[in-house]
Amino acid sequence: MAEASIRVSDLAAAHGLRDEDLLRMYRLVALARAIDERMWVLNRAGKAAFVISGQGHEGAQVGIVSSLRPGRDWLVPYYRSIAGVLTFGMTPRDILMAQFARAADPSSGGRQMPGHYGSAEHNILTTSSPVATQLLHAVGIALAAKTLGRDQVALTELGEGSSNQGDFHEGLNFAGVHRLPVVFVVENNGYAISVPMSLQSPIPDLADRAAAYGFPGVVVDGSDVLACYRAGREALERARRGEGPTLIEAKVTRLTAHSSDDQQTKYRSAEELQAERERDPLPRFRRQLRDAGVLDEPREAEIAADVKAAVDDATDWAESQPEPDPATAYRHVFAEPDPAIGPEAAGGAGVRAATPAEGV
Amino acid sequence: MAVRTFLEAIRGALASEMRLDQCMVVLGEDVGVKGGVFLVTDGLFAEFGPERVIDTPLTESMIVGASIGAAVNGLHPVPEIQFADFIMPAFNQIVSEAARIRYRSNGTFGCQITIRAPYGGGVHGALYHSQSIEAFFTHVPGLKVVVPSTPYDAAGLLRSAIRDPDPVLFLEHKKLYRSVRGEVPAGDYTVPLGQAQVTRSGTQITVIAYGLMAHHALEAAEAVAADGISVEVIDLRTLRPLDLDTVLSSVRRTGKCVVVYEDNKFGGYGAELSASISEQAFDFLDGPILRVAGPDVPAVPYAHVLEDWFMVDPGAIAAAIRRLAAY
Repeated sequence: MAEASIRVSDLAAAHGLRDEDLLRMYRLVALARAIDERMWVLNRAGKAAFVISGQGHEGAQVGIVSSLRPGRDWLVPYYRSIAGVLTFGMTPRDILMAQFARAADPSSGGRQMPGHYGSAEHNILTTSSPVATQLLHAVGIALAAKTLGRDQVALTELGEGSSNQGDFHEGLNFAGVHRLPVVFVVENNGYAISVPMSLQSPIPDLADRAAAYGFPGVVVDGSDVLACYRAGREALERARRGEGPTLIEAKVTRLTAHSSDDQQTKYRSAEELQAERERDPLPRFRRQLRDAGVLDEPREAEIAADVKAAVDDATDWAESQPEPDPATAYRHVFAEPDPAIGPEAAGGAGVRAATPAEGV
Repeated sequence: MAVRTFLEAIRGALASEMRLDQCMVVLGEDVGVKGGVFLVTDGLFAEFGPERVIDTPLTESMIVGASIGAAVNGLHPVPEIQFADFIMPAFNQIVSEAARIRYRSNGTFGCQITIRAPYGGGVHGALYHSQSIEAFFTHVPGLKVVVPSTPYDAAGLLRSAIRDPDPVLFLEHKKLYRSVRGEVPAGDYTVPLGQAQVTRSGTQITVIAYGLMAHHALEAAEAVAADGISVEVIDLRTLRPLDLDTVLSSVRRTGKCVVVYEDNKFGGYGAELSASISEQAFDFLDGPILRVAGPDVPAVPYAHVLEDWFMVDPGAIAAAIRRLAAY
């Protein structure tokens, strides 16, 4: 794909990108999907007790998170953020280690259910299960960035179900008051487990709620990767210019049940599920890149093989890793003193070094 | 050393920490220009400005939740919950998030925040301005809970809490704010978290208390001394982590123990304390562990006579001491 690195198709040029960037995004969508499908296989094979899926959300996540700057900005994910965390630096091995609950799982060392992503190394905040709590953390990260004069943006992802929690409204309100550098991404797949949008919200577009908090709300087709890319880039640039938050509502589809413990045919008709397949971002992006001359059959096959190899490697490698030692289960309730410095280190002597002048 | 009220000691420690630590911010309802409803943060806004002393909307969950995120990204937030009674909307952020971030991330993330909250009754605050809420939070691993009773301890413990890399709930008894004075050194001293203090030495009965009750316990001990009962009083100062060593070493000497807390009796902090003592010092006990605590009604009622009926006072503690001494 050497030529792709310098090729700029009309489609890429229209987005200020190179073909290589579009192919990287396509690979991420395909990779997230392939890992996700592997997680279900492992679940059905009895090797993983739980799966929570991002299938149908990958295009929105890859499109939007692509403009987040690794090593500088923050991603505050939720349990469907598999494509988002891959885009922001986590690896297939990282994901599979969580799926197998291995000791070296960077998200939690096997302490949390799969899907609760986090990586201190990549500025990806640890995730919990109560929904919408993370939104306030993104607001706080943005508050710190502004207070400390750091050029950083926090981007958080949540489902439309979370948008009804009090934390959602408290967070948007405070971010609006202080024009904080934060981007809220609601991935609206139409269902809070089984409860449909018609019972979740009296208005069809949750992006409209941003108006109540004094900043823009944008609706974007979450199956359209590049539309999401444009929306994400614009929101992030706006935040970096000091103009405050944006609420992006990506209309996505949930291609799987809520989780491996849910049976969605109980509340979704076969016709609906069939129709929703049409909104799958992966084949749509593939067609778009083919039509634009960015993706041809050899490249597509090459990426498919590369993705399969990555998923196989991650599966085999993660499965071979040791499980957590129960003797470590009491660790990390509180900070552990650094043996090189002594217990006083836990008292904050080290933190005094941090000043507003400290960069990122 | 200067003599300061409990409130002045806390205010002074906040200010001195903010001078030392450029990353420290204070946020909460009315903490800015007004200086807080009790004036604990009075003067901070003028000295440190609106970026470090932030008046928030009435959103307790946001006050704590944003503090968590801000801590992750380099600030050292000291959020104030205006009254401990109003902390419930933030319960999820404190318990599910702040207290669990380190554990659930396998030690890769921490949460350096100190949540201040005025608590306690005896100030005509009725049901929603009088509550003791410590039992909800001392139950939670990953959270430290501090309850000072003197100006010296309040300032020293608050500094330790703010510098602690983990979340601390710092409970300030409202009735102590202006009623208690004491010597407070001008310097940057600290009192370590997790260390109880024997505030009166005695040989026959150990009385364990914290907050306002630590003062009432001393009064009760003085009252029964006239009857020849020698009481040792322990002020816990930190409820979690609990300094069980100090407690056990006293109870093993005296063989009798009264646990005092202002909160409702059933399932209160003193219940855990009693259970731990009974598990680990049973062979040394010469009588039951008595609890002197608030009655099991939903909260402190307003009318003066009803409030007096609710509040544990030195007389009630002295009565329990005499009852136990008779064993």
